[in-house]
Amino acid sequence: MPAFLLLTLLTAFRVLNRNRLRAGLTMLGIIIGVGAVIAMVSIGEGAKAAVRAQIASLGTNMILILPGATSVGGVRGALGGAVTLTVADALELKKSVPVLVETGWAKRDVLQSVYGNRNWNGPVNGVSPGYLTIRGWEFVSGGPFTQMDLDQAASVALLGQTVVDNLFDPGEEPIGATIRIKHVPFRVVGVLVPKGQSPQGSDQDDVIFIPFTTAERKVFGTQFLGSVGALFASTVRAEDLPEAAEGIRRVLRARHRLQPDQPDDFTVRTQVDIGSVRQATGQTLTVMMFAVASISLLVGGIGIMNIMLVSVTERTREIGVRMAVGAKRRHILIQFLAEAMTLTLIGGLVGCLLGVVGAQVTTRLLGWPTIISVEALLVASLFSLVVGLFFGMYPANKAARLNPIDALRFE
Amino acid sequence: MNHTSPDTRHLSSVTGLPMAPLIVCSDIWKIYRLGEVKVEALRGINLSVESGESVAVMGASGSGKSTLMNILGCLDSPTRGGYELHGRDVSQVGADDLAEIRNQTIGFVFQNFNLIPRTSALENVQLPLLYRGASLRDQRASAAEALARVGLAGYERNFPSQLSGGQQQRVAIARALVSSPTILLADEPTGNLDSDSSRDIMEVLMTLNREDGLTLLVVTHEANIAAYTGRQLVMQDGRIVTDRVTAGRRGSIGMGEG
Repeated sequence: MPAFLLLTLLTAFRVLNRNRLRAGLTMLGIIIGVGAVIAMVSIGEGAKAAVRAQIASLGTNMILILPGATSVGGVRGALGGAVTLTVADALELKKSVPVLVETGWAKRDVLQSVYGNRNWNGPVNGVSPGYLTIRGWEFVSGGPFTQMDLDQAASVALLGQTVVDNLFDPGEEPIGATIRIKHVPFRVVGVLVPKGQSPQGSDQDDVIFIPFTTAERKVFGTQFLGSVGALFASTVRAEDLPEAAEGIRRVLRARHRLQPDQPDDFTVRTQVDIGSVRQATGQTLTVMMFAVASISLLVGGIGIMNIMLVSVTERTREIGVRMAVGAKRRHILIQFLAEAMTLTLIGGLVGCLLGVVGAQVTTRLLGWPTIISVEALLVASLFSLVVGLFFGMYPANKAARLNPIDALRFE
Repeated sequence: MNHTSPDTRHLSSVTGLPMAPLIVCSDIWKIYRLGEVKVEALRGINLSVESGESVAVMGASGSGKSTLMNILGCLDSPTRGGYELHGRDVSQVGADDLAEIRNQTIGFVFQNFNLIPRTSALENVQLPLLYRGASLRDQRASAAEALARVGLAGYERNFPSQLSGGQQQRVAIARALVSSPTILLADEPTGNLDSDSSRDIMEVLMTLNREDGLTLLVVTHEANIAAYTGRQLVMQDGRIVTDRVTAGRRGSIGMGEG
């Protein structure tokens, strides 16, 4: 059998080589279909990786808890408008929900900061040290403030890269410098590693962090001490996020004395929720892509079937001779299936090449990130083989069922 | 019309070969239905051929000689009647089994050569061995040997289009020969050849019959071609009307069998 298969494949290649133009035109459908899929998968994977990186920049296994919307006489305010979350809530959560490894809190305002003769208007966040850990902020130079800074309401600040760029000259050392935020002097103790864009598209590096206590007592002028803009928490494992979110809801509802029929006065969001919107978009794209791929492979497959039927008719005499000298039905079947599958496999491989080149060109010309997926290449090649098998079956079967006498007499 | 000649039977018992003839046809009918019309292509053929015989089948077109050859060559099955080949009834076996029988016992030579185009002589000759599952090396060696046997050593790589008609028919004979069949079926083997090549091809066929003891069945409508063989059948309207032994050639066949 191996000798038979070897010679059959050799014959298949020879026949295709003899009709190169015809084979090429026949393959075109498969080539375009596979090429389009590979290019789109590469672009899609690149986009997904970019989104994943953005979501990861939020911190690892983060849970965000926002105050609920105010509702005065049926008129709803913005989410986070109510002052329902406090520092005490955060401390209680850490105690009562065991899967939480860290909790933190933050409150923000947009304020002017001044250094020398420059000024910058941007978000200033009063945060607890736990917040910095959860969000995974790291430092280019200096370091975070400590629990002691929080307890003493120390006047220390951490600057994001955007703020540094706008307040300081290039090459100037920000660490140790004193900037003023709303006329209050702060000593810069750390410069943060840039994170880039958030999933929502805002500049995460346009930020100043100061201790929460300092913010509420000296800068923001809070009316109600201990109220926070948002609570943050994190778990060790991503799988624990749903359980943690449930625990947080239970504890906060108890602390806020909500009756079973009352809605939550807060919103719990995990990183999974934040990513899911983007994923839904990605899924739509994937479905569209498979629709396009299926149609082009169907059209390509029909082309293959057509050309194989022509080939069977052209070579009826040859089939008759092969049968006369002892070819069984399966030998003829395998021969024509091998030809169809060789045709589609070559088409698939050329399509893969075209797709990879297409992805590279997209990256060069449009600057979109693309990732060549080896799995996609393998699946596409395998699938083109399956197309050959499927659409080659009818012509091959037709050949195998020929009557040897009729086939030998065919003119 | 059971034909068994006493001298061959005697030879068989001496050489220890089985007594039964190679081919035994008993009351073979072949009826085609073309819509409402029934065509009786063969009407009760009784025929027996001993191993090593050379037989010419003659007759006008439409006499049923091609239908008979198709059945004898296991390309077709009779509508009714029995066909025993090597003592095995093959009148009702399936398509794949018939293919196997053709592969093992029958070599075909056609009027129009029927070589596969744009495929080398060697590969054309290899074909029967391909379906036997022989190793590539064995296929090539046997095919080269068969080509040498018909005087075409050195033409292994030639395509059919690069060979003369006579040479192409020799390649076809080599292909029929390569699987060491017991029967060689030649359907108008010289129909497309000039008289020189015709003589040439008939010499090759008769040599195989004499020296290898190959049973030779030749369909022809030319008397001078039929004259090469040791026995002549004439068909008419689906029946064998004449079955004649050419005495002079008969003896040489017996020698070949020994």
